[in-house]
Amino acid sequence: MPILHVDNVSKSYGKHQILTNVNLTAETGQILGLIGPSGSGKTTLIKLIMGMDVPTTGVVEVLSKKVPNLDILRQIGYMAQSDALYQDLTGLENLSFFASMFLMNKSERKDRIAYVTRIVQLENAIQMKVSTYSGGMKRRLSLAIALIQNPEILILDEPTVGIDPELRKSIWQELSRLKTEEHKTIVVTTHVMDEADKCDMLTMIREGKVITTGTPHALKVEYEVSNLEEVFLKAEGVHRAH
Amino acid sequence: MRIRALIKRIALQLFRDKRTLALLFVAPLLILTLMHFLFTSNEVDSMLGVEGVSNEMLEQWKSNGLDVVTFPINSDVKKSILEHDLDGYLVVKGPTMTLTLENTDPSRSKGLRAKVQQALVGNLNGENSSEIKTNFVYGSEETTFFDVLSPILVGFFVFFFVFLISGIGLLRERMTGTLDRLLSTPIQRWEIVLGYLIGYGLFAIIQTIIVVTYSVNVLDMILVGSFWHVLVVNVLIALVALSLGILLSSFASSEFQMIQFIPLVIVPQVFFTGIIPVDGMPEWLQALSRLMPISYGSDALKSIMYKGYGLSDVISSLMVLIGFAILFILLNIVALKKHRKN
Repeated sequence: MPILHVDNVSKSYGKHQILTNVNLTAETGQILGLIGPSGSGKTTLIKLIMGMDVPTTGVVEVLSKKVPNLDILRQIGYMAQSDALYQDLTGLENLSFFASMFLMNKSERKDRIAYVTRIVQLENAIQMKVSTYSGGMKRRLSLAIALIQNPEILILDEPTVGIDPELRKSIWQELSRLKTEEHKTIVVTTHVMDEADKCDMLTMIREGKVITTGTPHALKVEYEVSNLEEVFLKAEGVHRAH
Repeated sequence: MRIRALIKRIALQLFRDKRTLALLFVAPLLILTLMHFLFTSNEVDSMLGVEGVSNEMLEQWKSNGLDVVTFPINSDVKKSILEHDLDGYLVVKGPTMTLTLENTDPSRSKGLRAKVQQALVGNLNGENSSEIKTNFVYGSEETTFFDVLSPILVGFFVFFFVFLISGIGLLRERMTGTLDRLLSTPIQRWEIVLGYLIGYGLFAIIQTIIVVTYSVNVLDMILVGSFWHVLVVNVLIALVALSLGILLSSFASSEFQMIQFIPLVIVPQVFFTGIIPVDGMPEWLQALSRLMPISYGSDALKSIMYKGYGLSDVISSLMVLIGFAILFILLNIVALKKHRKN
């Protein structure tokens, strides 16, 4: 039973078609990569999965429930493309505020804050105002907030955009740990191909359409190439030919 | 619980933003003080025309700093005032005295009358019990400009600053993406609206207390009615301003665009606060004035502060304010659908 199921979804704003007949499935404990250039409709797809917006046609199901559904949001940790943080509050106050949104009691809140702070290694900066944070620290705090309610699914929109290689590596290490140790299902969008290699399943999107899907290995075999960049280019060519 | 967290967060953010706090709390005081002095400054000597007055009395007034011009008996009072640019004209006919005041500037008329009275009492040693009859060329006895204006100003500043700060508060939340982030949690849309209303509402209450206390105690603003009634009306005005501010902020995509609402939304309201008498306006303008929330607020404030009415006397204005607030709150909850469909 897939934990996340996007069934033949299309989305248009007025005459502008953003997504066309998208199908997508994620199993529990998988890292699913959504690969595509900017403007391909990844962020719109994520909005539909979160239930922030509704598809024009088709159905999105998360944990066997149709979205939009407010209760499902409790099981989804979301990290937006830009750091949506309260700059004039401290890291701790940000975490505490979002924890309150999930109606955690005081001790629960304290435990989770301590835990996620340790995971993203922000223990020393947690009392500082976010406006004093570096770009990397803000990304880490955003990840910590996404984890605060201990969700089953993590949805990360370009989690590593604009950060240094070292931090990128540590975020990916953390994602695989969350997958293997805590059995989280992770949906991550990226346009960096070497990150795509670290996903269990890939779905490649272009101009609002899924052009190919499969494990990184299977895709390379299918298209008889050695890297995912070429898979994308070839799949795109095949897709155009159709 | 979620609402409480929201309120706490808003309070924390505002407390850290000292400039905004100052705008909210100090700016209205500065402007009110300035206006107080602008409308009560009457350093220019008043010109008084007289007829039938003894030379002794003339000397007395002159030493009191009055410019006195003597006119022949039975002159046309109004004509003399207008032609000679007088501030007042006193006719003494036996025991009856009639003072006619020009009264374009009520505070100046008040000062002139006090001076004339003072001089008379000093001169006649209280033996003359006859009162001075007072007529006015313009306006009436009740008109004192700052007194009429001040309740309106109090309401207006509460409205203006709360509108601006709450509107920009939510706007910033939208622009930085934290609103979307917030809506990706199970919070209900009405919880966000309510959290915002209460969070900023608390500051609006503090602002009102400061503004009214300062105006009454420091600026000697007239307050015939109850302080608490004034507070209630101002809180309602603030509620309308808050809900309108956050509603309009969803139609602005930058702080600059939010500022653009000031000439569109705020300035026209000033014209309908009663500074210009609504009764004299053409019918379509009167209809327009009924659409302006602030006209109801300043009406209620004027009645309480100036005429000494109680809340029950202004209940209809208060109900309209509550109606506006409820309307804007509901529209806000709908407007948030733009960001999350459920």
